[in-house]
Amino acid sequence: MDQMSLLVCGGTGCTSNGSLEIRTALEQELARRGLAQDVKVVTTGCNGMCGRGPILVAQPEGVFFHSVAPEDVPELVEAYVIGGKPPARLLYTEEQRGPVIPKMSEVPFYAKQQLIALSNRGIIDPENLEEYIGRDGYQALSRVLTTMTEEEVIDEVTRSGLRGRGGAGFPTGRKWAFARAAVGNPKYVICNADEGDPGAFMDRSIVESDPHAVIEGMAIGGYAIGASEAFVYIRGEYPLALARLNLAIEQARTYGLLGENILGTDFSFDIKVSVGAGAFVCGEETSLIASLEGRMPEPRVKPPFPAQSGYMGKPTNINNVETWANIRHIILRGAEWFSSIGSETSKGTKVFSLVGKVNNTGLVEVPMGITLREIVFDIGGGIPDGKKFKAVQSGGPSGGCLPESKLDTPVDYESLTKAGSIMGSGGLIVMDETTCMVEVARYFVAFTQEESCGKCTPCREGTKHMLDILTAITEGRGEEGDIEILKTMARNIKATSLCGLGQTAPNPVLTTIRYFRDEYEAHIREKRCPSGVCKPLISYTIDKEACTGCRACAISCPVTCITGERKLPHVIDQTQCIKCGMCFDVCNFNAVRVE
Amino acid sequence: MMVTVTINDTAIEVEENTSVLTAATQLGVKIPTLCYNEHLSVHGGCRMCMVEDTGTGRLVPACSTIVTDGLVVDTESKNAVEARRFIAALLLSRASDSPEIQELASELGLDPNSPDLDPVSNYLLNRRPEREYTKCILCSLCVRACAEIPERHAISVSGRGMARKVVTPFLKISEMCIGCGSCAYVCPTDAILIEEAD
Repeated sequence: MDQMSLLVCGGTGCTSNGSLEIRTALEQELARRGLAQDVKVVTTGCNGMCGRGPILVAQPEGVFFHSVAPEDVPELVEAYVIGGKPPARLLYTEEQRGPVIPKMSEVPFYAKQQLIALSNRGIIDPENLEEYIGRDGYQALSRVLTTMTEEEVIDEVTRSGLRGRGGAGFPTGRKWAFARAAVGNPKYVICNADEGDPGAFMDRSIVESDPHAVIEGMAIGGYAIGASEAFVYIRGEYPLALARLNLAIEQARTYGLLGENILGTDFSFDIKVSVGAGAFVCGEETSLIASLEGRMPEPRVKPPFPAQSGYMGKPTNINNVETWANIRHIILRGAEWFSSIGSETSKGTKVFSLVGKVNNTGLVEVPMGITLREIVFDIGGGIPDGKKFKAVQSGGPSGGCLPESKLDTPVDYESLTKAGSIMGSGGLIVMDETTCMVEVARYFVAFTQEESCGKCTPCREGTKHMLDILTAITEGRGEEGDIEILKTMARNIKATSLCGLGQTAPNPVLTTIRYFRDEYEAHIREKRCPSGVCKPLISYTIDKEACTGCRACAISCPVTCITGERKLPHVIDQTQCIKCGMCFDVCNFNAVRVE
Repeated sequence: MMVTVTINDTAIEVEENTSVLTAATQLGVKIPTLCYNEHLSVHGGCRMCMVEDTGTGRLVPACSTIVTDGLVVDTESKNAVEARRFIAALLLSRASDSPEIQELASELGLDPNSPDLDPVSNYLLNRRPEREYTKCILCSLCVRACAEIPERHAISVSGRGMARKVVTPFLKISEMCIGCGSCAYVCPTDAILIEEAD
């Protein structure tokens, strides 16, 4: 019989929920029962179902435990490790009801996923190179260096149909071919790990769970374009990813997988890590290069493209973390296999961070062409608390918000663009009926306005004016005609901005106007927020009939503006109310109304 | 090698690596600019010189777009004219008291007092919230002049977005400044004042 392994999730989400304490508790409990030699405890990378962490998977059976606490460990060892019967309360059920689903592969969240970039997630210990090698690690690099010419590698990647996963979707093989053909020496390879979208953690998770896959992809890319120096530009806010990446690079050097004469060939390649300081604009490749060179991160006019003149003016190829993580699989399994997955124009899979008002928040990898509905409802398990779906925003702060009627849009670069959104790097934010779409637009424009570098006029000045107008609308100061002003401004900002940041920043405004215009009109004409979100436009009142006088609201009110005798209807003093919504949240009798 | 570009229906042969702006100037076609100076590196930030690439239908900055053979450009297309007016209105919303920007806006047909003003321009010129007074339009001509003519690097851009400013290092009197006045000379809005020190 195979030895039992207990795989404790060591992603950022689960570790902040205490998964490392679970690991310690497991080791102590197993030692106490003399099972330390029989059962292996491994810390893996992120499993993706971050909303249910800490996660523990028992192999070889593939039993999936979630929300495990250190107190659960003795019972888990007693009942499952020794008794073979997993405690039901730690197993997955749909929305905490219905039959338990013990096996990870049968949990709906995982059943519809297809893993390529994340194929090692939750399986290997990311800090252990041998485990990576045990999963065919560095075989692709070995094959490339010993049996393939540079052109053959580029051809394979081109035929696979892989497109850049950082957002713009440029064909990776063509990008490599440009860099290879460019005149100049030395050439450079860069991995963009400066994931700056709020609520997105695809790249962080890939680096945390499988850093060697990124390194191997970069080395293959370096060989193909003729580069021997590389950089990973990674966000400073990702300490765990940074630590694992540095460790992995060190291990690869020790094993001769990076450095001089890799695997005894003529090919030499090494990677330096550069830590970003958290500027969103660094996701734009010319800004990233400027930052890497020690200059202020600002985009510059393209062409020349980085392939012609990049880092230090030399030919440079930049790809995103997820793009690099796909490369080794394309080499090992072939372009035909890769291009058989996905849709007509978008091949392979895409990793999304699924967040917001959805039951299963976390990281998912799905074949291109899957519909938004499948992601939100089948994998994400739908909207919590029986609320209604309102919109899903794809592509980060500069993506668009798509309504219910667009839920059957297949997820590929072209279809999302046609619907008014973008693929972006893979953020998916789900919103329910309690979300105000004007406020959402205001929030995202506030983000892009804050992150605009300020180099070009339309992005710097234009987004600020859009923010002013949106703020006025959410505060009840909107005027008739403001919607048309926003639309025209948005069109001009998109058409005249220097880089992708300004060219896409108006998307949330345009799509919310396109699909939720009635909400804008209610704010402007009736000075009313239909979702009950915009504070200046709402008031909380207590329904005398429904109020039982339980005092829950009065006790929770932070400004003590709710008065009333026990068992008699309570009243909110509107002049004192700060509209925090605490009374609404604590009332068990639906007596607090938002208007 | 020579390449051919067509600007507003007139074809011209120019040297490779010529910008659309230079080719247009050779043809006598006027395109408004602010952050461009032929003696300094190209910035491409003010977006005042947007013209339409008829082939793609996209707007491109004339100063920093290099002519490719067969390129067809329309400097007076509806979109290009609207875009340049939008940029001028944005800059006027920032530096509303600058006579130079007022004049440029006026040349593009933007009159804050006109009853026919389009809603966006009307918002930008008459309805927008008041801002801190500035003449600086962040074209960075001064920064480039200082770095590229006397090569002193005495001033640079700091901050991002609306907080962007041209400053000396650590906001102190720059030891690198030789008082040559290049920065003030190139400033299109007279935002830099030269004072005689003792």
